[in-house]
Amino acid sequence: MTARPAVVVSGLVRAYGARPVITGLDLRIARGEFVALLGESGCGKTTLLRALAGLDPIQGGHIDAPRRPAVVFQEPRLLPWENLWRNVGLGLDGSAVRERAAAALDEVGLGDRLEDWPRQLSGGQAQRVALARALVQEPELLLLDEPFAALDALTRIRMHSLVAALVARHRPGVLLVTHDVEEAIALADRILVMRDGAIAFDHDTRRVGDGGVRGRTRPTRAALLAELGVAAETV
Amino acid sequence: MTLAGLNATTAVPAPRTVDPRRKTAGSPSRFAAGLFAGYGLVALSWLAPLVLVAAWEALSRAGWVSAQVLPAPSKVLATAIKLTVSGSLLADLGTSLIRAATGFVLGGLVGLTLGTLVGFSRLAEAAIDRSVQMIRAIPFLALLPLVIVWFGVGEGEKIFLVALGVTFPIYVNTTLGIRQIDAKLLELGRVQGLGSGVLIRRIILPGALPSILTGVRYALATAWLALVVAETIGAESGLGFLAMDAREFLRTDVIVLTIVIYALIGVAADSLARLLERRLLAWHPRYDGAGQGRTGR
Ligand SMILES: Nc1ncnc2c1ncn2[C@@H]1O[C@H](COP(=O)(O)OP(=O)(O)OP(=O)(O)O)[C@@H](O)[C@H]1O
Ligand SMILES: [Mg+2]
Repeated sequence: MTARPAVVVSGLVRAYGARPVITGLDLRIARGEFVALLGESGCGKTTLLRALAGLDPIQGGHIDAPRRPAVVFQEPRLLPWENLWRNVGLGLDGSAVRERAAAALDEVGLGDRLEDWPRQLSGGQAQRVALARALVQEPELLLLDEPFAALDALTRIRMHSLVAALVARHRPGVLLVTHDVEEAIALADRILVMRDGAIAFDHDTRRVGDGGVRGRTRPTRAALLAELGVAAETV
Repeated sequence: MTLAGLNATTAVPAPRTVDPRRKTAGSPSRFAAGLFAGYGLVALSWLAPLVLVAAWEALSRAGWVSAQVLPAPSKVLATAIKLTVSGSLLADLGTSLIRAATGFVLGGLVGLTLGTLVGFSRLAEAAIDRSVQMIRAIPFLALLPLVIVWFGVGEGEKIFLVALGVTFPIYVNTTLGIRQIDAKLLELGRVQGLGSGVLIRRIILPGALPSILTGVRYALATAWLALVVAETIGAESGLGFLAMDAREFLRTDVIVLTIVIYALIGVAADSLARLLERRLLAWHPRYDGAGQGRTGR
């Protein structure tokens, strides 16, 4: 918890025209910390992530983020006219781009497809390439906007373990936007719920347990769903 | 599809006892029959024009068609050989090709530059687009008399006319190509921290390329048309000159020869453009495998 922060947000305000979406949001993510962000559809999760990525202007507050956070979007956004290793190397400068891209593709299990075109990939494979492209930058902050939402349940579970392993190795600060409560529980060190333009719930799963037992404490699925405004009985 | 198609062209339909559709779809014999029919049709499609040429030859030899009206294909071929050996045909062909290429490059550069500016900048669009569209509305061959007044009958006039015909298809398709680039990919470029040079080289140009190449194919056709017209109006060298000179002496064999050469070069230019598309757009699903070219704009 004392680690150097990957991003610090204070009093963030973001509005589209006259309509405010984020109203005074504070957030701090440490390097190596995996944070999942839940919230109803339309509450402003993507808006927050885009502001952190520096893609949109902000109307108030302060964001202290690394110069270039890596982003994985819901769609893989691969350049169809470049083969996989060139796609992964997009934005890499310096030498040995091909070697570094190849190593990153190897990490996501596509080390034998360096020269393939993106259209030769399945949805899950394409999203793995996008993940490799993000990680090869060795970012201090990794922003993931529902990167697995379009994948089938089995592929998603495989992606969870892949992401967990990659994050454990590279130790960026991670903000994962998701609709999937199970996903948040499975992956995150901290689970946030966003409501009314700010963070309404913040649960650290690494807190020391009640009996002084060290270990991860998980919020229950029901508690999270309640935070999200869904009564547990109805699920 | 193929056998039925053949039958349909004969007057009497063959009586059918077995519906071919009832055969097992994947049976080797049916596959072979389909393949044979496919090749048969291809052969027929080449055979038919050959038969036409043979008929033309026969009619000429029999004296049914006067050599003044339409010389025999063999005569045209003999003329081609004679003019090639004497060197004058190649010289005229070279002159025409250089005119076409020069005009194409000039017009292409202008179209590409204006198209890129307008594709990118609202300001450039406001300043340029309407004027260009207004000039484009003029059939460019209608400008010919004016162009002759400006340049006289010479190289300048021909190259200008070709360039004019090339500029618009390239302009329109470049603008279109740049506008159609996926905004999400441009955003990705920002996320990956690309500088504007890399952004243009790796995202914008390749994204606009399919459209630009379509423009190139249109431009090739208009360039050729412009050249034929310009050379026919007046020239001291080139294929058009060869044809008009031959007209003076009623040498229909030379005239037909130039027409055939114009056609061959048109076909060659189109194949070249298609080859370019297949090479440069290997990533494109539409050029996968056999690579059927695109049609239309
Ligand atoms: N470009 C835009 N212009 C105007 N309003 C926008 C724009 N993008 C988003 N909004 C509005 O901002 C609010 C938050 O949108 P945002 O995309 O951040 O939600 P979200 O939490 O990511 O939702 P979801 O879970 O469905 O992806 C919504 O009410 C949306 O209508
Ligand atoms: Mg969203």
